[in-house]
Amino acid sequence: MSDIAPPYAAVARHAVFPEPKHDDAARFDFLANFNKYLSGTLGPGNARAYETRVRPAFARAHGRDPVDRFEIRRAMNADPFHRLWSGLKRNSMEMRQHNGRAMVLRQLDNLDARAAALNDGKDTLRLDPGVEVPRYQRAVDIHCMPGSYHGEERPGDVSAGANYDCGLFATTAGGLGALSDGGGQALVDWVRRERPGWQPRRILDLGATVGHNVVPLALVFPDAEVVAIDTAAPVLRYGHARAQALGATNLQFVQMNAESMAFPDGHFDWVQTTMYLHELSGTALPRVIAEGVRVLASGGLMLHLEQPQYSDAMPLYEQFIRDWDAFNNNEPFWSAMHGLDLKQLMRDAGLPDVFVTGVRAVVDTSIFPDQSQGEEDHGRAAVWNAYGAWKP
Amino acid sequence: MSELDWIARAGAKAKGKRPAFFDDPAADRMLSMLTALIGEVSVMRQRLDTVERLLDSGAPVTRAAIEAYTPDTAAAQERGELIRDYIARVMRGVQQEVEAMAAPEPAIEEVSAALRDM
Ligand SMILES: C[S@@+](CC[C@H](N)C(=O)[O-])C[C@H]1O[C@@H](n2cnc3c(N)ncnc32)[C@H](O)[C@@H]1O
Repeated sequence: MSDIAPPYAAVARHAVFPEPKHDDAARFDFLANFNKYLSGTLGPGNARAYETRVRPAFARAHGRDPVDRFEIRRAMNADPFHRLWSGLKRNSMEMRQHNGRAMVLRQLDNLDARAAALNDGKDTLRLDPGVEVPRYQRAVDIHCMPGSYHGEERPGDVSAGANYDCGLFATTAGGLGALSDGGGQALVDWVRRERPGWQPRRILDLGATVGHNVVPLALVFPDAEVVAIDTAAPVLRYGHARAQALGATNLQFVQMNAESMAFPDGHFDWVQTTMYLHELSGTALPRVIAEGVRVLASGGLMLHLEQPQYSDAMPLYEQFIRDWDAFNNNEPFWSAMHGLDLKQLMRDAGLPDVFVTGVRAVVDTSIFPDQSQGEEDHGRAAVWNAYGAWKP
Repeated sequence: MSELDWIARAGAKAKGKRPAFFDDPAADRMLSMLTALIGEVSVMRQRLDTVERLLDSGAPVTRAAIEAYTPDTAAAQERGELIRDYIARVMRGVQQEVEAMAAPEPAIEEVSAALRDM
């Protein structure tokens, strides 16, 4: 069973989800299984190529082993197996974008109309054309998503959000569940165990994109005021409509830059991010953390869900393979960000007691793969670290 | 509303220089075409599977019926097996290379020479 990705038919179709045709679904079924195959069956070939020929050749040429993940990458980029594997994987990422965009753009009139019907006249969606897309977000289209989060095919559309939503299934081989919210469900699970009975009054999610992982928080704390901010309007439009469709009416979507927010000091009981920090530039990241600490109330929780940071304890080969997306899938900040000492950054921002805990996606295991089993597709797996702290 | 050429726009290039995986750019292009083709054959095979299942059920096989078809759990599992088997076939050469790396072997010529002198 676990050798096969769950079917695209199991992906939940909320009221603004793009309608897949038969062949759209078949393409995502192929891609989900192809990605599974690339990581599961062929992925180990990279480590074998490294151990059996790349590393020995490097040692012969330099009289020593590689000292960092960059040296490994340069050596591996000359290896025929790794080249082919990388080429296949890159194409799979591009095909996922192509299929998602074809499906969305074909029905864009209808999607825009469905979103507008859920958005119009609601004060829970607040767009601000004065918010600029940060320069570091404009440099390349993150993870080869044409137009990135902020691109529009025509003014005011939801294409970026809809494409993001409909294809996440394929790149994660279904690992995030029917609503691609396995991370948010894991947060709910974690907070219930960690602080049973806690009722945060206000929750802030930074860089929420379409709100996949904040909707579960809004639903589990219906009396809380939950705010999701992002700099990109197209994903906020789509995300707001999606949240309304899923009944998260206490969730606001606000266009705002997390580096400098309009909220007063100590406004929120919980400030959090999911899979967000790795897309920030080296200067934006500490600013975002500092701003987050500023708007966090004393006694409140800051929590960041991310892929594990690299450390000296992590073998160099693993650092290298986790870095694949940085150089091959347009993730320009990935490598440097994962090399940072996030705990120290949080301490420097005024949170002395930082904890780190492992978190796995919580999904409906009758259909979706149980994320406590199986091997990891480095960089894409639904296995994260939570970096957290309660503000003194 | 404005006419959007969705077919042309769907394949837009993402901003950011594409890495070259091979020395010859033609090899990169060929791999893109081959991978897309591998995907499309899988799609056609799944469409055929849908037609077969509609035929089995005795329902009229119309395009609308094909579009509306949703596999139940058992059918989805079988279709997943079909894709897995298909991928295993087209990727056999690469998969065998991974196997070969696990245990280095002498060339057959060497084996043959060794056996001859045994
Ligand atoms: C990887 S996505 C986050 C995924 C999302 N949190 C989730 O769990 O599904 C990164 C998002 O951060 C947004 N972003 C980047 N820089 C930002 C900033 N300075 N302020 C607010 N949002 C930002 C991008 O527009 C993008 O939507």
